[in-house]
Amino acid sequence: MSKETINISRRGFVEKTATTFAGISIVPGVFLHQVANAKPADQPATADNRWGMLIDTNKCASGCTACVSACNEENGIKTSDHPNHDNQTTTQQWIRKVKLRDKQTGHVVSLPMMCQHCEHPPCVDVCPTGASMKRADGIVMVDRHICIGCRYCMMACPYKARSFAHETVEDPKEYAPRGKGTVESCTLCVHRVDEGGTPACVEACNEAEHGAMIFGDLKDPNSAISQELKKHGGKQIRADLGLNTGVRYQGI
Amino acid sequence: MKKIHLQEIDGNSAGYVGLLALLGAFVLGALGSTYYMEHNGHWVTGMNNQIVWGMPHVFAVFLIVAASGALNVASISSVFNKKIYKPLAPLSALLSLALLAGGLMILVLDLGRPDRLLVAMTYYNFKSIFAWNMILYNGFFLFVGIYLWTMLDRTLKQYTRFAGFTAFIWRLILTTGTGSIFGFLVARSGYDMAMMAPMFVIMSFSFGLAIFILVLMASYNWTDRPLGDVVVNRLRKLLGVFIAAVLYFVIVYHLTNLYATEHHGYEAFILLGENGGDSYSKMFWIGQILLGSLVPLALVYAPALQNSRKTLAVASILVILGGLATMYTIIIGGQAYPMEMFPGMEVLETTFYDGQATVYNPTLAETLLGLGGMAVAMIIVAVGIKVLGFLPQRLDDASIDPHHKAD
Repeated sequence: MSKETINISRRGFVEKTATTFAGISIVPGVFLHQVANAKPADQPATADNRWGMLIDTNKCASGCTACVSACNEENGIKTSDHPNHDNQTTTQQWIRKVKLRDKQTGHVVSLPMMCQHCEHPPCVDVCPTGASMKRADGIVMVDRHICIGCRYCMMACPYKARSFAHETVEDPKEYAPRGKGTVESCTLCVHRVDEGGTPACVEACNEAEHGAMIFGDLKDPNSAISQELKKHGGKQIRADLGLNTGVRYQGI
Repeated sequence: MKKIHLQEIDGNSAGYVGLLALLGAFVLGALGSTYYMEHNGHWVTGMNNQIVWGMPHVFAVFLIVAASGALNVASISSVFNKKIYKPLAPLSALLSLALLAGGLMILVLDLGRPDRLLVAMTYYNFKSIFAWNMILYNGFFLFVGIYLWTMLDRTLKQYTRFAGFTAFIWRLILTTGTGSIFGFLVARSGYDMAMMAPMFVIMSFSFGLAIFILVLMASYNWTDRPLGDVVVNRLRKLLGVFIAAVLYFVIVYHLTNLYATEHHGYEAFILLGENGGDSYSKMFWIGQILLGSLVPLALVYAPALQNSRKTLAVASILVILGGLATMYTIIIGGQAYPMEMFPGMEVLETTFYDGQATVYNPTLAETLLGLGGMAVAMIIVAVGIKVLGFLPQRLDDASIDPHHKAD
C-alpha cells in the first residue's frame, strides 16, 4: 500500500514537474512571440510582413456602421458639425459602408470600402513629392509633412479611398496627424499595428459580434487571414487593374 | 522679303495704361480669391472629395497646353525655315513663356498647401507624371528662354536654328506630359487612353495659335502698325487646319471608347447626357464641338469672309472658349462620371456618392483665380513688348512679300 502510494506520488511529482517546466518554457515563448509581432518603435517596418484584411460580406450586416464610427473615433474624424457649413461632399471618409445589388441576380451585399493597400498603388505612382507612400509592410499612407495638396492621388485611386482636408482639422490625434490642405486616407491604424494591435474597425466589427473583418499578416501562412484565404479564397475589387490589393472580400 | 526691324512699343497711351490696370485688377482678384480659399480651406470652392480638380485646373491646363502651341509660329520659322514667320518668332516665344507662367501660377495657388512649393521642388518622385511635368515646365522656360535670347542677340544668330529645334522638341514632350497626366490614369473611364497625349499636342497647336492671332492683331491694331493680309491669311489657314485636326482626334477618341463595351457608360454620359451627364454633354456638343470647332471652321474657310479681321478674331475667341469647354468636359466630366468600382452591381446605399454622377458648381473665387492666370500671361506680353523689341515695326504685304499685288 505504502509502496503504491509512494509510486503514485512519484508519478505525480514527475508529471507536475514536467508540466511546470513545460509551462515555464512555453508560456514565455508564447508571450515573447506576441511581443515579437509588435515592431519596436525605433525599427523600420520590414517586408517580412504584409498587413492585409479580409472582409466576409455575408457576415457584414446591412445598416451596421460600427466600423465607420470606430474609425472616425480612433482617427479624430468629424463627419458632421462642421463649424462653417453642412456640405457633406467635403467631409473626409476613411472608411464607408456600401450596399450593392447584383443587377442580374438581385443578390444584395453590404461591405466596408476603404484604402485597399495595393501592392502597386496608383496613388503612390502619381504623387509628385513621394508623400503618398507604401511602407515595406504594405501599408499605404500619406506623409502629411510633404503632401502639397495637389490631389493627383485622388484622381488616380480606383477606390475613391482618399479625402482632402477641406478645412482646419480640430483636435487631431497625436498618432494620426491631419491638417487642412492635405490628403488623407485609411492607415490601417498603423499606430496600433506597430504595437501589435488590430485596426479599430476590425475591433469594432468583432465587438458588434459580426466578425466580418479579419486583420493579419498575409505573409504568415499560419495567420488566421492566410488560413481563411487559403481555405475559402477572397476577391479583389477591380482585380482587372492588377494592383494586388491587401484588402480582400468574400461573397462578392 | 525686306529687312523687318523689331521695335518696342511706346506704351505711353491711356489705352495701354488702362489695359494694364484692367489686367492688374484681374490679378488682384485672383490673389484675393487665393487668400480666401487658402484661409478658409477648399470647402468654400465648388470642389469636393468627388470633383477634386475644378475650375482652376480647367484654366491652368488650358494655358499650359496653349503655351506650347503659342510657340508654333516660332517653330515654323526656325525648324521648318519659313521666312514669312521669322519676324514673328520672338513674339511667339514670349507669348508661350507668358502663358506657361500664367498657367503655373493658377496650379500653384490652387494647391492645398501652396506654401510648400519648396517641398514640391526638392522632393521628387520620379515615377510621377506630375513630377516629370515640373521638370518639363522648368526646361521649357530654360530652352525657350535661350531660344529667345539667340533671336534677340545678333551675335548669337547662328545658334537660333539649333535653339529653336531644341525648344520645338521640348514643347512636344511637354504637351505629351500634360496629356499623360490624364492618359495614364487607369482608375477613370474617361481617361486611361494613351491617345490623350497626341490629342493634347494637337489641341495645343489650335489653342496657342488662336491666342497668338488675337495678341498679334490686337497689338498691331492698338499701336497703329501695319499688318497685311498675307501674314494674317497664312495664320488663318493654319488655324483652320489645326481646328480640323483637333476635331479628327476628338472623333477618334470617342469612336475608340464607343467600340469598347466597358466605356459605353462614359460615352452615354458625355455624348448623350445620360445618368446625370446633362451639363457635360451640353458643354461637349455646344461648347467644344459647335462653338469651339464647327463655327470657327466655317468662319475661317468661308470664301466671303477671307479678308475679314473681325471674323478671324471671332473665330479665334471661339477656339479659346471652345478650348476651355474642352478642358471642362475632359477634367470635370471625367471626374463627375461615377467610377466603375463594382461592374454589374447597382449601388443601393453609400455615404460617398458611389455610382452617382457628381454635381459641380464652380464658385466665383476659383473662376477668378483662373482668369487671373490669363491676366498674368497678358501682362507679361504687354510689358514684354514695351521693354524689348518683340514686335516687328511693320508686317504689311509689301514688306513681307515684295511680289505681292493688291487684289
